[in-house]
Amino acid sequence: MAFVATKGGEDAIAAAHAWRADRRRGDGEGCTLRQATTSFGRAIDRVMAEGALYDPDLAARALLQAEGDLVEAAFLLRSYRATQPRLVDARPIDTTAMRVQRRVSAIFKDVLGGQRLGPTADYSHRLFDTGETAPESESAPAPVAAEPVAPLPGAMGILGGETLLEAIPAAGHDAPPADLTTMPLDFPASRPIRLQALARGDEGFLLSLAYSTQRGYGNTHPFVGELRMGEVAVSVVPPELGFAIEIGDIVVTECQMVNQFTGSKTVPPQFTRGYGLSVGHADRRAMSMALVERALRADELGEATGSPAQDPEFVLSHCDNIQATGFVEHLKLPHYVDFQSELEIIRAIRRQADEQRAEDGTDRKKEDGDDRV
Amino acid sequence: MIAYNFAYLDEQTKRGIRRALLKAVAIPGWQVPFASREMPLPYGWGTGGIQVTAAIIGQDDRLKVIDQGADDTTNAVAIASFFRRMTGVETTTRTAEATIIQTRHRIPEQALTEDQVIVYQVPQPEPLWKLIPERPVARRAHALNDYGMMYVKLYEDITRFGRVSSAYDHPVMVNGRVLMSPSPIPAFDNPKMDAMPALQLFGAGRERRLYAVPPYTPVRSLDFTDHPFHPGRADGTCAFCGSTSSYLDEIIIDDHGTRRFLCSDTDYCAGRIEEAERRAEEGGR
Repeated sequence: MAFVATKGGEDAIAAAHAWRADRRRGDGEGCTLRQATTSFGRAIDRVMAEGALYDPDLAARALLQAEGDLVEAAFLLRSYRATQPRLVDARPIDTTAMRVQRRVSAIFKDVLGGQRLGPTADYSHRLFDTGETAPESESAPAPVAAEPVAPLPGAMGILGGETLLEAIPAAGHDAPPADLTTMPLDFPASRPIRLQALARGDEGFLLSLAYSTQRGYGNTHPFVGELRMGEVAVSVVPPELGFAIEIGDIVVTECQMVNQFTGSKTVPPQFTRGYGLSVGHADRRAMSMALVERALRADELGEATGSPAQDPEFVLSHCDNIQATGFVEHLKLPHYVDFQSELEIIRAIRRQADEQRAEDGTDRKKEDGDDRV
Repeated sequence: MIAYNFAYLDEQTKRGIRRALLKAVAIPGWQVPFASREMPLPYGWGTGGIQVTAAIIGQDDRLKVIDQGADDTTNAVAIASFFRRMTGVETTTRTAEATIIQTRHRIPEQALTEDQVIVYQVPQPEPLWKLIPERPVARRAHALNDYGMMYVKLYEDITRFGRVSSAYDHPVMVNGRVLMSPSPIPAFDNPKMDAMPALQLFGAGRERRLYAVPPYTPVRSLDFTDHPFHPGRADGTCAFCGSTSSYLDEIIIDDHGTRRFLCSDTDYCAGRIEEAERRAEEGGR
């Protein structure tokens, strides 16, 4: 009888949601929005990236409502985003003018402006604190370094000056880049479209694809030319004003990957670029994106293709976890009608096969009988 | 209360790693599978090397950890402090004083001795990975001594660029039988592996493989008789110690791209400067 209830079940749905809300609150007050905002910064960054909306407060709210389920939280944010009018397009952010908190280059020991670790877990030992007190790093106030020079020049400028590094690949046309949120994904996808899809793509999917290229499935010979994180200003040009005004700051992480390229008939050997950009502090995400972005250029650069990470249609069509989770999980929905028709077909096929076999059997008996004669 | 064993891993795990290392020493260059553990540093940051070091380190050892040849690079500092914390063992920056040297991407300039062990951190133990991404197929090639494709790759490099294009992680033939990744050390360091008096151990944590080159084992960098192996270095002089033979880092010192060269091996460089100062002092007297 319970099975039948899934068809109607308004009461069942309400009760299920009430149970979930109950569990989320727990015994006490539950986690406050403020606590979530300060304690789960990286989760919030990921939710904002995959939810494709920069709003740390809303993302924290989504995280709480989703019981910490990141994909579900991104889904909440994405759904809210869809209700907002598009007033004006922001101007491209200028990451060279970033107020840098973190900046590392793996290709030069020292770069102008220095290597800056910023607030990172890198080089920490992943050990639980054995003492009774809070870990040292939490109890002592952090030392403050001198403000970096601003703007901090890109570490890769040196290579460009020597023309050892390709120029920034053109978008393909002078018109404003296509906008993935206003048109369906189509192939071949332009570079702006690819970057937009990857920027909101599932971090786990991007990470695994990026990792696959490092194990021989579409190798890109990568080096981190520069990874930087910090605040950048967002500006818009309101039509009624006609000039740019800053409307706020956002934190972004940018990764410029330098990749070996063996050259072609027309281009001498040089380094090529893979680009990754994410809102928030998201090294893993930005780096994965840069690796995959470069892998997707294999065809354009005349490299051998055939690995999953090099296939734009495969990568871009499957990187959106809101689409993916919806479709995978939709299998939970009732499918009685389809299943019933399958059931009928499979029964009919079996019946036919049985009849055929019975007929063959009779024939064979007949043949055997003939032999005996 | 959480307590950790000497050198982090439990004794049973360490024994398992040592057993795998013995097998590795018995078949020079051969990749031995081992039950790699999750270490408190991320995969790809030296977990293989850390596990090897943890398995062989004792109370009396003196450990040196380098990354890119330098003791003061962030990752080397983090690993050295991990072992100080987990073993209480003394760490040193002096190559000559160390009994174990864990390294990423370099072999020290100063020749190593029979009393030392060098532990390499290896990201990709399979030298054929770029040619054959499927590991079982690659293993079969090793078993059959079927390395023709690697020679073809080098040949293709020569026909396209006039030279072999692998500047680091240039494959080596160990003991005339096993093709091995030297880890991503610059080709400049490859010759140091040949007949080295020190035991060379290699750990790849993520790929769960160990391998070894016993002391005085022949290690030959793959090449052709008419295109001999060429260990390259930047054509420059160290701005600090004046070395013209060490491996150099390129440092950019202003926005006009002015560059200087410095020894990548910081201990070697500091040693030479000390030596020069000592001589100057003696000369002054």
